[in-house]
Amino acid sequence: MAAPEHDRGSMIELFKGKFPGFSLDEYVDGALMLSPDAKAQFDSIMEFPPFQGEIDKGRILWEKPFANGRTFSGCFPDGGRNVAGNFPYFDAASDKVVTFEMAINRCLRENGEREFGYGDRETMGILTAYARTLSDGMRMNVVVDSPAAQRHYQAGREFYFRRIGQLNLACASCHVTYAGNYFRDEIISPAIGQTTHFPVFRAGDFLHTLHMRYQRCMEAMRAVPLPAGSQEFNDLEYFHSYLSNGLPMRSSVYRK
Amino acid sequence: MADPMKIRAQLQGDVADVKILIFHPMETGLRKDGVTGQPVPMHFIQTLIAAHNGRTVLEAQWSQAVSKNPFLNFRVRGAKPGDKIMVGWVDNRGDKASIEATLS
Amino acid sequence: MKHPTTEGVKIRTMRRSVLRAVAVAMATAMLRPLQLLAGQWNKAAFDARAVADALKGIGVTATEDSDKIVLKAPEIAENGAIVPLEIASQIPGTQAIYILVDKNPQPLTAVFEFANGAEAFVATRIKMNESSRVRILARAGGKFYATMREVKVTIGGCGA
Repeated sequence: MAAPEHDRGSMIELFKGKFPGFSLDEYVDGALMLSPDAKAQFDSIMEFPPFQGEIDKGRILWEKPFANGRTFSGCFPDGGRNVAGNFPYFDAASDKVVTFEMAINRCLRENGEREFGYGDRETMGILTAYARTLSDGMRMNVVVDSPAAQRHYQAGREFYFRRIGQLNLACASCHVTYAGNYFRDEIISPAIGQTTHFPVFRAGDFLHTLHMRYQRCMEAMRAVPLPAGSQEFNDLEYFHSYLSNGLPMRSSVYRK
Repeated sequence: MADPMKIRAQLQGDVADVKILIFHPMETGLRKDGVTGQPVPMHFIQTLIAAHNGRTVLEAQWSQAVSKNPFLNFRVRGAKPGDKIMVGWVDNRGDKASIEATLS
Repeated sequence: MKHPTTEGVKIRTMRRSVLRAVAVAMATAMLRPLQLLAGQWNKAAFDARAVADALKGIGVTATEDSDKIVLKAPEIAENGAIVPLEIASQIPGTQAIYILVDKNPQPLTAVFEFANGAEAFVATRIKMNESSRVRILARAGGKFYATMREVKVTIGGCGA
């Protein structure tokens, strides 16, 4: 569709102007790309990340057979390799955006298992901390190819630019307008590249899925956070992920 | 059950580059439990030893200020394929673990 | 080292299961040296709350500044809970490396004694409570050499 591609193109142009000399792929590092000192710490920590045990627990969960003997890998093409970048996608039949986490729950449902809570670190969190690494290196490939899909994309776009909370900020206020500036002691990351690496482990310890990160953002904006897995967040993720199309994924990374 | 520690050892010429990660809380005693509000007691690795084919190459003593899930990288000269690198530790409660890698 | 690829994960998984079997078998062999070492933990030095007392605890009377201790440390720590340090001593005959953080509640953080072909090199990650001087000592030939670096901390790491 023309509109999403136009949005993505103009966002790229804007950031190219703001941050000359960076390749598009470097945006997956977020604010780290703007600080060699911070990036060096990231690289050092990722050499043998302290949260490797959580990813390992996720692998064990991913490989553990359901009561019917099947496993998660059977629910995805190629055993779940290089698939996460195709999410979220729009499902016309249900008129809903489908996230990777929703596909995990569909897999559980279809195999007669109990679904995971979208905000539950110990199940959905650690499972996706492993399962998404199966798509490391895949380039984001979010598709908006019908007017109905575009309605959801637009809903997400509208969310990203809408001012909310007591501070009257929009996601875009920080991550588009002020990207690269300091907020207290932190460099604000640009909108492009933000969806390529979740879940993240903040302080090398605390797992945050993308939706949990949205919640922390809403708290910082002095707004009441929406639930993880809510339709508003799904639509937001659809727009937000589209902006990162073409960028290489690398999940389960360190953030401060 | 997840492993208590992990080891990666690589030969670069005759130097073994050894990296270990230990799953340990390394509690400082200063942190408060999120639920009870009570301080979490100190719990940290105090001593660590590394051996190359049974000969001690490194002895370390740590405080509670080594990060949670400690990482350690050290290097041993005069190593060759088939050599064994062993690392073990003891914490302030007397808990201990060790792991071994064979160089290839 | 790159982030684990699926292939890498699989290989490591296999290797790990082999390692674990070996680890169990070797645990008893390691037990005695571990037990001996546990008794050697330098409580006086590690409990010291002042740098001077910590130095005294490890037997330092004087230090000589040296640019032959190469320290890689952040300028601004991303998070005080996990500050990566890499230390290499180029001083011939280096037997030990010490890490002290002047402003931590207990400054002495780690001691590494090298023997039998270990290089005078170590990389690890430490907690820092606030911006502080990080003080690295190397011991060679009975003398202590030092290098210092200011590391700025915006998120303290001791309550972590």
